[in-house]
Amino acid sequence: MSNWIEVCPLDDIDEEDVMPFNHSEQTFAIYRCPKGEVFATSGLCTHERIHLADGLVMDDIIECPKHNGRFNYKSGKALGAPVCEHLKTFPTKVENDVIYLELQNL
Amino acid sequence: MPTRVTYDYSLTGDACQKAQQQGLVSATWYQTDIPRKTMKALMKRSDAPAVRDTSIWFIALFVFAGMINFAWGTWWVAPLFFIYALLYGTASDSRWHECSHGTAFKTPWMNNLVYYIASFMVIREPKIWKWSHARHHTDTIVVGRDYEIMGRRPTRVLRHILALFGLPQTWETLKSLTRHALGRLSTDENSFVPASEYKSIFQTARLMLILYVVVIATALYFRSWYFAMMIGPLPAMAGVWLAYIFGLTQHAGLAENVLDHRQNCRTIYMPPVLRFLYWNMNYHIEHHMFPMVPYHQLPQLHKLMKEDCPPVYPSTWSALKEVVAAMWRQRKDPGYYVKREVPNGYES
Repeated sequence: MSNWIEVCPLDDIDEEDVMPFNHSEQTFAIYRCPKGEVFATSGLCTHERIHLADGLVMDDIIECPKHNGRFNYKSGKALGAPVCEHLKTFPTKVENDVIYLELQNL
Repeated sequence: MPTRVTYDYSLTGDACQKAQQQGLVSATWYQTDIPRKTMKALMKRSDAPAVRDTSIWFIALFVFAGMINFAWGTWWVAPLFFIYALLYGTASDSRWHECSHGTAFKTPWMNNLVYYIASFMVIREPKIWKWSHARHHTDTIVVGRDYEIMGRRPTRVLRHILALFGLPQTWETLKSLTRHALGRLSTDENSFVPASEYKSIFQTARLMLILYVVVIATALYFRSWYFAMMIGPLPAMAGVWLAYIFGLTQHAGLAENVLDHRQNCRTIYMPPVLRFLYWNMNYHIEHHMFPMVPYHQLPQLHKLMKEDCPPVYPSTWSALKEVVAAMWRQRKDPGYYVKREVPNGYES
């Protein structure tokens, strides 16, 4: 069953940037790619559990702020040492300039 | 956090357990508050500075190699080789380091290319060190967790003197290359490398061993001292002394087992030539607190952070004097360390 959660207004995230979002004791990273689309992954790096929201977004990549591990935030794919385990991704949508996150995968 | 004196630097012994119990493992470290927009601008990647600096580096290596060839048979070879070896053995260390973070270049393949070349030059296994360096940044100078602690206590003076010539490092690398080529990891290595990486580490070690054997065999086959001085262990060991001194000034003699990089790292003002060789790693508090910031942005980051940090060391010499005095005292008094006062009185 789908469960769309309101995250924040679209303008709260700059293009090519990321912000944290907490809900039900879960933490997420919400991304706005350079083309303006919105994506969501689990919030913590799979390597050392550092929050990715302090990291750097470059095109489709999020780089962890602690060890520079890189993921494709659209697919969640880990792109090499020191990250091996992929990120979990979550569907998002934007309606009336508000970002929503679907939590059916939880 | 209580200070603890221990001499067990293995990653699987009592010190590791104590670090866990004391909350020092994968802990939250102090960070200077810098606005997100400013930090984003500082973290922004660019190929241009590293392409420029790498080009200068390689051109300088080729120019000095040519000059040594031209001067062969004269005493001029000695000073020319002195500079060539520094470019080979010290500059490769900083290139290895920065590219291991993936921050030097914006383009990943450029980072990887320079990383592997520099790893070969500095005689350091690229795969295993990527993992040990990640650990170094997670648990910086936490005894029982950090594999890269140079200023181990009590100080072994002879080892440090030999290390200025690369002897223990090269010997350790030869042993680890052989171990990995045979498909084995040490107990310590097992503690920070995931199993999925083993195969890649073993394959890389075999390739590196083959490359070194080819280089040494070529020099022997042609009976060429010139070739031996240009590539392989000889220039690496002859030129590592400055990288080793740089390395000691980063953390040696400072506190162990704290969660504040201002207390276990040194930021040192250096002249442009040294900063070029070192790729700005003299801004070491800044690098550890914000490892995402590329080397060429560290001076800018330093300006934003310096009021929140202990006084900067005015020169390499001033830092080195402190390091040597502290390490000398730590021969007999391993509990001694230089306590750095942090501006806001934060106690780790």
